[in-house]
Amino acid sequence: MARESLNDVLITGQQTYQSIDNSVGSMSLDPKRHKKNWFVMIGIAFLLLNLFMVSVGWLLYQGVGVWGNNIPTGWAFDIINFVWWIGIGHAGTLISAILLLLKQQWRNSINRFAEAMTLFAVICAAQYPLLHTGRPWVAAYWLLPYPNIMAVWPQFRSPLMWDVFAVSTYATVSILFWFVGLIPDLATLRDKTQNKIGRTVFGFLSLGWRGSMRHWHRYEQAYLLLAGLSTPLVLSVHTIVSYDFAMSVVPGWNITVFPPYFVAGAVFAGFAMVLLLALPVRAWYGLRDLITMRHIDWMCKIMLATGLIVAYGYILEAFYGWYSGNPDEWSLLNWRFFGPYNWAYWSLIFCNCIAPQVLWSPKARQSIPVVFTVSIIVSIGMWLERFVIIPMSLMRNYLPGSDRMYYPTIIDFTMFFGTIGLFFFLMWLFIRFLPVINMFEMKDLLYKLGKTPPAPAEKEKAGVGAE
Amino acid sequence: MDNETKQGRLDLDAIRAKLTGKSGKQYWRSLEQVAETEEFQLWLEDEFPHRRSLLDIDRRSFLKFMGASLAFAGLAGCRSVFMDQEKVVPYVKMPEEMVVGKPLYYASAIPLLGYGVGVLVEQHEGRPTKIEGNPDHPESQGSTSAIIQASILQMYDPDRSQVAMQGTDISTWEEFKKVILGVLTKQKAAAGAGIRILTETVASPLIADQIGDFLKMFPAATWHSWDATGRDNARAGSQGAYGKVVNTTYDLSKADVIVSLDADFLLGMPGSLRYARDFADGRRLEATGGKMNRLYQFESFPTITGASSDHRWAMKASEIGGVAAMIAGGLGLVPTAGEVPDHIQKVVADLQAHQGSSLVIPGDHQPAAVHQLCHAINEKLGNNGKTVLHGPRVDFGPENQLESLTQLTDALNQHKVELLLIFGANPVYTAPADLKFADALGKAKLKVRHGQYFDETSDKCDWHLPQTHFLEEWGDIRAYDGTVSLIQPAIAPLFDSKSQSEMLGILLGVPLSSYDALKNAYKTKLPGKKWDIALNSGVVENTTPGPVAISVTGAAPQIPAPVSGLEVSFRECPNIVDGRYANSGWLQELPRPLTKITWDNAIHMSPSKAQELGLQSEDHAEVALSTGEKIDGGVWVMPGHPKDAITIHLGYGRTKGGTIAEGAGFDVYPLRKSASMLYTGGATVKSLGGSYGLATTQIHHEMDGKDIVRSGTLAELKGNPTLQPEDYEKAEISMYPDEVFDYDGPQWGMTIDLNTCIGCNACVTACQAENNISVVGKDQVKRARELHWIRMDRYYVGGLDEPTETVHQPVMCQHCEKAPCEPVCPVGATVHSHEGLNQMVYNRCVGTRYCSNNCPYKVRRFNYLNFSDNQSQFMDVTFDAPTKQIGDKKFTIPGKVTQGKPHGIQLLKMLNNPDVTVRGRGIMVKCTYCVQRINDSRIEAKKQGRDIKDGEIVTACEQACPTRAIVFGNVADKESRVSKLRADKRSYLLLENLNTRPRTSYLGRVRNPNPEIKA
Repeated sequence: MARESLNDVLITGQQTYQSIDNSVGSMSLDPKRHKKNWFVMIGIAFLLLNLFMVSVGWLLYQGVGVWGNNIPTGWAFDIINFVWWIGIGHAGTLISAILLLLKQQWRNSINRFAEAMTLFAVICAAQYPLLHTGRPWVAAYWLLPYPNIMAVWPQFRSPLMWDVFAVSTYATVSILFWFVGLIPDLATLRDKTQNKIGRTVFGFLSLGWRGSMRHWHRYEQAYLLLAGLSTPLVLSVHTIVSYDFAMSVVPGWNITVFPPYFVAGAVFAGFAMVLLLALPVRAWYGLRDLITMRHIDWMCKIMLATGLIVAYGYILEAFYGWYSGNPDEWSLLNWRFFGPYNWAYWSLIFCNCIAPQVLWSPKARQSIPVVFTVSIIVSIGMWLERFVIIPMSLMRNYLPGSDRMYYPTIIDFTMFFGTIGLFFFLMWLFIRFLPVINMFEMKDLLYKLGKTPPAPAEKEKAGVGAE
Repeated sequence: MDNETKQGRLDLDAIRAKLTGKSGKQYWRSLEQVAETEEFQLWLEDEFPHRRSLLDIDRRSFLKFMGASLAFAGLAGCRSVFMDQEKVVPYVKMPEEMVVGKPLYYASAIPLLGYGVGVLVEQHEGRPTKIEGNPDHPESQGSTSAIIQASILQMYDPDRSQVAMQGTDISTWEEFKKVILGVLTKQKAAAGAGIRILTETVASPLIADQIGDFLKMFPAATWHSWDATGRDNARAGSQGAYGKVVNTTYDLSKADVIVSLDADFLLGMPGSLRYARDFADGRRLEATGGKMNRLYQFESFPTITGASSDHRWAMKASEIGGVAAMIAGGLGLVPTAGEVPDHIQKVVADLQAHQGSSLVIPGDHQPAAVHQLCHAINEKLGNNGKTVLHGPRVDFGPENQLESLTQLTDALNQHKVELLLIFGANPVYTAPADLKFADALGKAKLKVRHGQYFDETSDKCDWHLPQTHFLEEWGDIRAYDGTVSLIQPAIAPLFDSKSQSEMLGILLGVPLSSYDALKNAYKTKLPGKKWDIALNSGVVENTTPGPVAISVTGAAPQIPAPVSGLEVSFRECPNIVDGRYANSGWLQELPRPLTKITWDNAIHMSPSKAQELGLQSEDHAEVALSTGEKIDGGVWVMPGHPKDAITIHLGYGRTKGGTIAEGAGFDVYPLRKSASMLYTGGATVKSLGGSYGLATTQIHHEMDGKDIVRSGTLAELKGNPTLQPEDYEKAEISMYPDEVFDYDGPQWGMTIDLNTCIGCNACVTACQAENNISVVGKDQVKRARELHWIRMDRYYVGGLDEPTETVHQPVMCQHCEKAPCEPVCPVGATVHSHEGLNQMVYNRCVGTRYCSNNCPYKVRRFNYLNFSDNQSQFMDVTFDAPTKQIGDKKFTIPGKVTQGKPHGIQLLKMLNNPDVTVRGRGIMVKCTYCVQRINDSRIEAKKQGRDIKDGEIVTACEQACPTRAIVFGNVADKESRVSKLRADKRSYLLLENLNTRPRTSYLGRVRNPNPEIKA
């Protein structure tokens, strides 16, 4: 792949409103845009999705004992995967909400994509809180506060309870945010499609959008409000997830640095995943002009920055283990550095602290293969981070007599890869049926950048052009 | 057609006439139909009777039928799948003393390797559920061992043999009677010269009398007896010393200095429960006024007795005799040969300083000569009649069982045996390898086996007859000191089995029930009311034999020289002994003391030996003798093991005898020969590569300098009465008052005295029996999912090869005042009671496991799978399809056959304690302080309008504990035992710096080493 030049523009090539509609909108409308790659990818994802369903079926039939969890390691792959997916889901909201409020225009071409990713990642994450319980058939409703004649309520002091609220709020707001942002584009598709079913479905989903001044006004208001609403969520969700650990007395968990370090780690992992998805999609669908090297460059820089915060977190963890003089913390650290699972710790350090440092180099940031590789490494690293934190801390205890080893089972892996299948299956369906890039925002951007003065004729054609 | 013949010829013209003149299509089938004859109508009714009756039914009948049908349809609906179709009826005549829902206790006695221990059997509505110690019994004194606790499981074991078997075919007792009486009648002529009886160690006067009667009937018959881990050496030792066999017991309560020569007297000897109690009483500082006895342990395998000792020296089993000789030499009994090590001189000096209050105990694993020498030593020290008591022999039958079995084998090989009656013993599996007993057995004409399991021996016999469990039979048995107890059943036999006395009754031609046989035997000894008293107390009064006045007559024996090369020592397993308890899931899953291995035996060796051989724990290795025999199994590296030796437990690698027995460990009997029953030398160990895979419950063996088990010497205790470490800082960060929360009512708490805890595991199994704790199996133990509510932690202190100290710490739920598990449960399934219990609400638990993660003590257990009704012992059995020979052809179904065990799950359900919820999958469980027992006492107290008394509530672990190390009670009552122990200076809270403020406290461990001996 020839190296693409890094110019300071967010849209390259000769673009018109029409061409944006065409290059993005036709992905939903024209099946011919989806070549072999799409079928191969969704095929693999579908197989993995089936693996997931079989694993879940076996899990429900047998019990959580099909995993490797034990006593003392009550949580392992289940919570690792939960935290990992929730973390990945962070980039979407960050891009949509915080960057919107900060008026970062470069977010426009990747926000739709990232929001969809958030949603699907949250769906994947949401599999675990329920399935990891011993009795999911009662956990499904006992974890929710509902008035009942026994006056039995959930335990509001439990961080797991906070988790239930944090994640469900996050999921709700993410769906709303994503859907509200989709409405103008859905209307475009409704107008453009030749297909009767498409017209009905898109017509229904676009909620009667006509592109009137009043519509745009309401839209902007609603979008801004939702952005304001979800901004604290970006910080709160992973903070609360980190409370699951930080609020406990387990050595290796009970650390005040967890909330910021978890949030940074989430953004780190989230951007890695956005890149992992965006790079092939922009290549396969000819979207290089809309997701430009500038976007990639910025995303790399954010990864680098959050990666450094995460590295700082690791250093602090080690420092406190030593500085606190707490023998339990210190023995845990030794276990991480030199214990039987120390390969996981050192791989984590490599993946999250050392490998991303290549992104200091502008050349590396412009090299698609390098960026792609780093993104994969970071994703693995962030998974390992949770492995180091969750099961590795639990194996080692206050009373050495209760130390036991943890080993995952085959079902642990099939469920993990299964959720990856679920994620990609949804992702590829999204790519097939919905506009992966925010068309109207791109057109708005095109207007604001002054590249192509809007021609009246085109505006009418577009139907939903920026007023 | 019948009709045709009957009705004669049809009138065809008439038919024609009928058909003519009809318009349209007229279908007819037969000529008869057209004729519409009466015969045709009859035939029609005959063919379709219902059609006719339905057509003809009148309105009233129709309504009647309809009403009835509706009513019956409704009744049919009652037989829903959810309703048991068994009838539930109330008692018309209530059995005496029975209150439904209240347990009854019956005194009985359990035979353990022949000797009896008095027990109380808890029985709920006719089914025994738990076994407790009998406080009136001299050995038990109310406590039990893990094996006694687990014996209840054995009764419900579906693998116990259930019917009489002739070869591999099911037969009946009646059939057997016919056969055996025929043979016996024939033998009568020869005075029974061809009859041999083989028993295990018999300490039952009733059985001995019956065998005596049989031998009177057949004077030429011979009685043999065999126990793989019997007390031959002890008997031979006293024979050598005194010229006759006496029963030697020890009174540890009077002993200040104890020297144990490879004796595991706290766990592995008849009388252990009593010895453990007396030993602990001599160390209970708050009761002894600061004095402690002192135990010197010389041992060939790390045992809990060694772990409880003040000085411990590991040496090869064959070298222990040398120590005995040196002690004897020091006392001037034998000439001293060579240099006597300093520490032994000091030990001798200590013994001499405590004449009459010292004690030298030889282990049953030591040769007769060591026993004989110890008799001389004890006499010389003036201990006889004080700490060492001699009584008449307790058991019956041959004195030397090995010799007896050898004679039997010879007789078999000479084809002299026409009828061999085997009672209980399993010689095909346990006999010394060189006897080749299995081959010899085949030479007997008729081989009859009476036993609880269809095992290796049954497999080789012509008849197998099921034997009752002790809970199903009447009988009597002598305790370690000779006291007679009555065995009384707690349930009718579950299967078609008979007790030994009933079986002997058949042979004697007086087939009495075991009750009648026992009643007859005690007709004169226990007349009238005395019988009831004896049954009630479980002990027959005035049967404890008085002391025998004797003195050593024999010359000092020659101590056998130590074996050269690598020594292999054969020891009985602390849990399954010689293999007889191999099919008990509880005992298999109970971590072996010190090694913490479950479900397996292992090749135990010292760390330095393992290093030398390049082996690690769990490696697969082979042990070979110079004579060529070899076995292979898993290696276990064991700190404190003597260097040039390996130890292997007997009882594993069974080939027949139950689902569980057949899957566990490897068989070491092939290495054990009649010349080397205890140990043999010149063995080689080599790695076979790969891992054998052992399931152990503890992987970390040091305390890492943490303040977990506090221990110190008696001297240190004077300077530091709390035994807390020097750098100990009490966390003073609590806003709450110092003591327990201010609630009304009793506040429960527990103390565990680590000074008297010997780590015998009785509490672990007692808790399992009381609280319906499931067995999970080896694979799940490997995955760290065992469900025991009490974890017996074991830590080593000091060097790897020679740990200076081995400590035990039972850890169960600490019932923290500020329990970290409580606030993290999202559904509030674990909450605090007003009496300070940390309660687990099973119904509310969804199984997030957060509570367990947040428990600093990691005492919570989780049902990862459905363990409660799928225990392998009670589930399906899988086996190779038997080959059937029909004519000349053999038929075999390829592959394995899986079959449900008869009554498997029903039996398991009968075992459960009805007062405790049986937990299903996905539920967190933990110690409840036996809340069911608390509630029971509370109800009793309320009924009587009083407060609960101190000591009224006894938890299962406390009740079982042989050393009374566990005390439970009300910590709010300053006068209670538990409060006083909590106030003791040695009392401390585990992980106190976490501010969890546990209700369970520990008392630091104190040792009393000889200050003259440098560790």
